[in-house]
Amino acid sequence: MTEPAIAIRNVAKTWTPEGRPAVHALRNLSLDILPGEFVVLLGPSGCGKSTLLYMIAGLEGVSAGTIEQDGIAVTQPSAERGLIFQEASLFPWLTIVDNVAFGLSVRGVPVTERRAIAVEMLRSVGLGDMLEKKPDELSGGMRQRAACARALAMRPKVLMMDEPFAALDVQTRSKMQDFLLQIWRDSGASIILVTHSIDEAIALADRVVVFTARPGQVKTIVPIDLPRPRPSRDARYHQYRDLFTELLADEVDRAFAEQEAL
Amino acid sequence: MTMTTKTGIGTVAEQGDRAPARPSIPPKLRRYGASIGWGIASIGLFTAIWEILWAVGWANPLLLPPPHLFLQDIPTTLGYFAQKNVIGSRGTGNGLTGLLMTILWTTTRVVLGLTLGFVLGVAVGAVVHYVRIVRNLLLPTILLLAPISPVAWLPVAIFVFGIGDVPAIFLVFITVFFAIVLSTVSQFESVPKNYLHVARIMGASEAQTFWRVILPAILPSLFMTLRLNLFAAWMVVLIAEAVGVGTGLGQITSMARATFNAKLVFFTMAIIGVLGFTFDWALRYVQSRMLWWVAPNQGGRR
Repeated sequence: MTEPAIAIRNVAKTWTPEGRPAVHALRNLSLDILPGEFVVLLGPSGCGKSTLLYMIAGLEGVSAGTIEQDGIAVTQPSAERGLIFQEASLFPWLTIVDNVAFGLSVRGVPVTERRAIAVEMLRSVGLGDMLEKKPDELSGGMRQRAACARALAMRPKVLMMDEPFAALDVQTRSKMQDFLLQIWRDSGASIILVTHSIDEAIALADRVVVFTARPGQVKTIVPIDLPRPRPSRDARYHQYRDLFTELLADEVDRAFAEQEAL
Repeated sequence: MTMTTKTGIGTVAEQGDRAPARPSIPPKLRRYGASIGWGIASIGLFTAIWEILWAVGWANPLLLPPPHLFLQDIPTTLGYFAQKNVIGSRGTGNGLTGLLMTILWTTTRVVLGLTLGFVLGVAVGAVVHYVRIVRNLLLPTILLLAPISPVAWLPVAIFVFGIGDVPAIFLVFITVFFAIVLSTVSQFESVPKNYLHVARIMGASEAQTFWRVILPAILPSLFMTLRLNLFAAWMVVLIAEAVGVGTGLGQITSMARATFNAKLVFFTMAIIGVLGFTFDWALRYVQSRMLWWVAPNQGGRR
């Protein structure tokens, strides 16, 4: 049996805002991510799936339980676990190529070497012509690809994405999904992607982890047993679609009821 | 004549690259030309109204001499400007150098005060942000002192630094210092969280994060604060010169008032206006060079 790249054991996260009752974002959550696996976290808004991503990244601490990467406990952020946000969050004062080379320059890689790596990464995401552009001059999809190149330049073992395509239009979205599958294959990294789009989950994932409403727990894990590419015309695609719609409907109802009660 | 030549060139260009039928001027040049044209029209209109008021006898030339009067006798006017930065220096008769030296002294005070205020303001703002005890100790006092008009500091400046350059520089410094400190503190808090997350994931140290992420992220707003306070800085330097320095453009204005020399008053006002405009333009230029990533319509560029 292969060792998991990320092992999440009985993790909980509790927020204690001042003067208000504690919020249980996640409770008793266990999950393994295998090397090179594409896992999609699917769930209603506010179920704590983004929080889990931030904890795996090391940006947030766990309230209980452990998170390990290759058998070593996660205590702080590392470029081995890259994270991509909904907004590309490129630095506007750097050119695209300097943005991609930022992590390497922080690490002390010499100028010519880091530039060469950054240029190679940008070519691989199809932005070879955009090296000296400002982030403002790129479209939303291009910016997100540059953000991928920035994370990939550090050769991450795990690439996490927090609703990376939510801010893009539908056409760009589907293009970006193809692109993502390609860089996933090329890089060999595990990908953990958070989304609330059922179609995105079916199009991309090896396994879809369905979350319950808050406090977030794993409701069920569904392997997607379809060859890629996965055209939405396929009959089995629709079966998955119906399954996820049903699974989520209960949780969305629960999340709604909880909000009404507040 | 000129018109025909231009049209001629325009026609040739059209045939060359099949441009639309109208003579084409590059849009950048056209915008530039338009803004200069409107500038001239605006000042021309203002001057014309003033001159007409004088011509019909409503503006007393002794009190409100129109431009053609106060610009008429420049050599005599220039005679009032001293070359030396020493109180009580006489105009030496070699007017133009006197004027330039006076401008230079005033400008130097403004530049020194602004630079000190900006650098120390950012430094203090950073310390206030990072060191909790400093924040708790300093911030209430800064919030109390910030709204005090810089002019109110004038007596203090003279008590502490005496008569000379220092009180004027100090006043300019005070004008921008508190604004920059407060702006720095609030800007620190508004740096996008994701920028900091990216820096942490990439393994940047605290110092690297400060110099390479936080500082560039807040610099455009700080520069904007500096520009907004530029006019206040010019205001206080003139007052300081009139009262606490005894040389410079402020002193000339004050002397002109005391000797009821309206021509000199308006001449100096014109110089001050041109200087203030040039300063703002220069800061905008520095902004577009140093802060190249800020788009022309962001960061409050006019």
